[in-house]
Amino acid sequence: MKKTGSQILLECLQQEGVEKVFGYPGGAVINIYDDLFESPIQHILNRHEQAAVHAADGYARATGYVGVVIATSGPGATNTVTGIATAYMDSIPMVIISGQVPTPLIGNDAFQEADMVGITRPCTKHNYLVQDIKDLPRVIKEAFYIARTGRPGPVLIDLPKDIQVATLKYTYPDTVKLRGYKPTVTGNKRQIDKAAKMLLRAKRPVFYVGGGTVQSNASGELLALAERLQVPVTTTLMAMAAFPQAHPLALGMLGMHGTYFANMAVTDCDLLVAVGARFDDRVTGRIDAFASKAKVIHIDIDPTSIKKNVAVDLPIVGDIKNVLGALLDNLADQDEAVSESVSGLQDWHETVSHWKASHPMGYQASTSVIKPQYVIEKVRELTDDDAIISTEVGQHQMWTAQFFRFSQPRTFLTSGGLGTMGFGLPAALGAQVAFPDRQVIDISGDGSFQMNSQELATLVQYRLPVKIVILNNNFLGMVRQWQQLFFEKRYSQTCMELPIDFVKLAEAYGATGLRTDKVDEVGAVITKALETPGPVIMEFKVAREENVLPMVPAGKGIHEMVLAS
Amino acid sequence: MKHTISVLVENEFGVLSRISGLFSGRGFNIESLSVAPTLDPDTSRMTIVTRGDDRILEQINKQLNKLISTIKVVDFTGEEFVERELALIKVATESESRAEVLRIVDIFRAKVVDVTARSYTVEITGAPAKVDALLELLRPMGIKEIVRSGPVVLGRGMKGVAG
Repeated sequence: MKKTGSQILLECLQQEGVEKVFGYPGGAVINIYDDLFESPIQHILNRHEQAAVHAADGYARATGYVGVVIATSGPGATNTVTGIATAYMDSIPMVIISGQVPTPLIGNDAFQEADMVGITRPCTKHNYLVQDIKDLPRVIKEAFYIARTGRPGPVLIDLPKDIQVATLKYTYPDTVKLRGYKPTVTGNKRQIDKAAKMLLRAKRPVFYVGGGTVQSNASGELLALAERLQVPVTTTLMAMAAFPQAHPLALGMLGMHGTYFANMAVTDCDLLVAVGARFDDRVTGRIDAFASKAKVIHIDIDPTSIKKNVAVDLPIVGDIKNVLGALLDNLADQDEAVSESVSGLQDWHETVSHWKASHPMGYQASTSVIKPQYVIEKVRELTDDDAIISTEVGQHQMWTAQFFRFSQPRTFLTSGGLGTMGFGLPAALGAQVAFPDRQVIDISGDGSFQMNSQELATLVQYRLPVKIVILNNNFLGMVRQWQQLFFEKRYSQTCMELPIDFVKLAEAYGATGLRTDKVDEVGAVITKALETPGPVIMEFKVAREENVLPMVPAGKGIHEMVLAS
Repeated sequence: MKHTISVLVENEFGVLSRISGLFSGRGFNIESLSVAPTLDPDTSRMTIVTRGDDRILEQINKQLNKLISTIKVVDFTGEEFVERELALIKVATESESRAEVLRIVDIFRAKVVDVTARSYTVEITGAPAKVDALLELLRPMGIKEIVRSGPVVLGRGMKGVAG
């Protein structure tokens, strides 16, 4: 039987296991939305296409599934671009369906026309303009395959309106044939052998773990390997939840706002094993001072990440889970060598303990004014171990990474690479759609929150009980901090002079709003919010000019930190 | 250092912008680029001349390979290869210089492919240096217009760049 393009699309999405899609209707996707009535796929109506993409992104980060978005042509599609770029920078699997004007009108500056394949080429893993209905099933199959395999990423399918109404008798392909796309999953055996030898020989080894470990679901292998060899583990912002932060081997985050002991350990180590991390400038600081005494092993599924920023002594291209598993296998029958290696690390562990004791992570506590770090510690204390935390971007994001002791993978959703303000609320929304029964909390600042606050409507409409922590300092805090430290306190355009009543804002959408400026009420507010059904905003009036420390000033090595006094 | 790279790509909509966009987006340089389909109409072959140190060339190679539309990448640097470029050169010819232009064309084994009372259009094929040399000699005669294809290359011997 012949089906229309929009019917084929929805059926193929089902074939790919898609249960939820996020989106926003419009003229160029009206046929798809009409066919949604007959489809078992649930559509979440966000209030802005950017938020729909972040929601699909949060859904993907929390589950590991491919997030799916539908947006109309022109402005609907261009609104998705920030969300797509966010997912691309953090390697999040996603398929975006954008409507397009009918093929005969393409290039004519038609109403609501934008060249989406052109616009998204640099921020997608791949993209398609479907010009013939016959290509549609294959394109959808390829899009999902490309999005979820190799180094994951967003794939856009631009679907003209006339293709949506054209008809075809089709079968969904079982396999993909892509001559130019064959990701290397299995690490080279000889390289793995060499890596094992280097690890056994090292006297001051460190694992430097990135988001690839999360994408590959390799937290178990990482923990096993770190424990087997007793190697300290530092995690990037993307990987804070990939390793239990309360573990004795955990060094916390490294880099610009990393812990003293993580940055010192990386600076002093003799072997740095990068695991699904890409030597981002916020991690390395001044590149020639980064791990300058170390041999570097770099494990990554994407060959372009290797030797892009730093020289590497031993590259291993492969999937992290696969490579770490192979390393564990390699070490399985080497008990003697392993115990010898572990006993040889005693000095190293003493040095690290000394760093941890001399400069622990901390902040100046207060009884008169709410410290933002205190709120984050309280949220940790009062939430479940499997609570999913999202953040926006800025000071609150760094404090969350520093002070929220994550213990389970895929519980920390944050925009690391692109640093997209307004990410956290819709990402939390997407995670809550995936896990209706888990606690989902967006930790936010007053600046970022206002970038996608319209999603309160989506939360209320779908009864998604996301709890929102707003650390309100009436500042764009991170930029203010830089202006304080490097621009002589000239606070140009960083003071949010109009105080927003976030409680009333919550109520306007039919959500609950709570507020306090008293330290001793913080715990009670969080408890009350967690007990309240539906979405809740918790507004905490916090110390206005608190800084994120330690901090590595731009251009400095990561050992040259400004420390908390 | 100059590098000449052959890239086999899917002959599909937008592939040229994927390649050129990769170069511009990552700050790599393109000196020349030529592209046309191969014997297999689904595959195109590009020849790209670029410059960079070893680290940049490694990135160019990897980034090209990372594109879904790229089937194969070969950097001919350090390899034996045949390199040819085609140029068409329109030379203004006054009566006194017409014979001299023809002599130069003959020496270079180029040929005249269009003639008017006041111009010759010369076709030359050869290594880029040979094209440069001919241009240098014709320049005093008054070159009105030129077009160069950019070099194309094939490895010497049996070794090929099949997909």
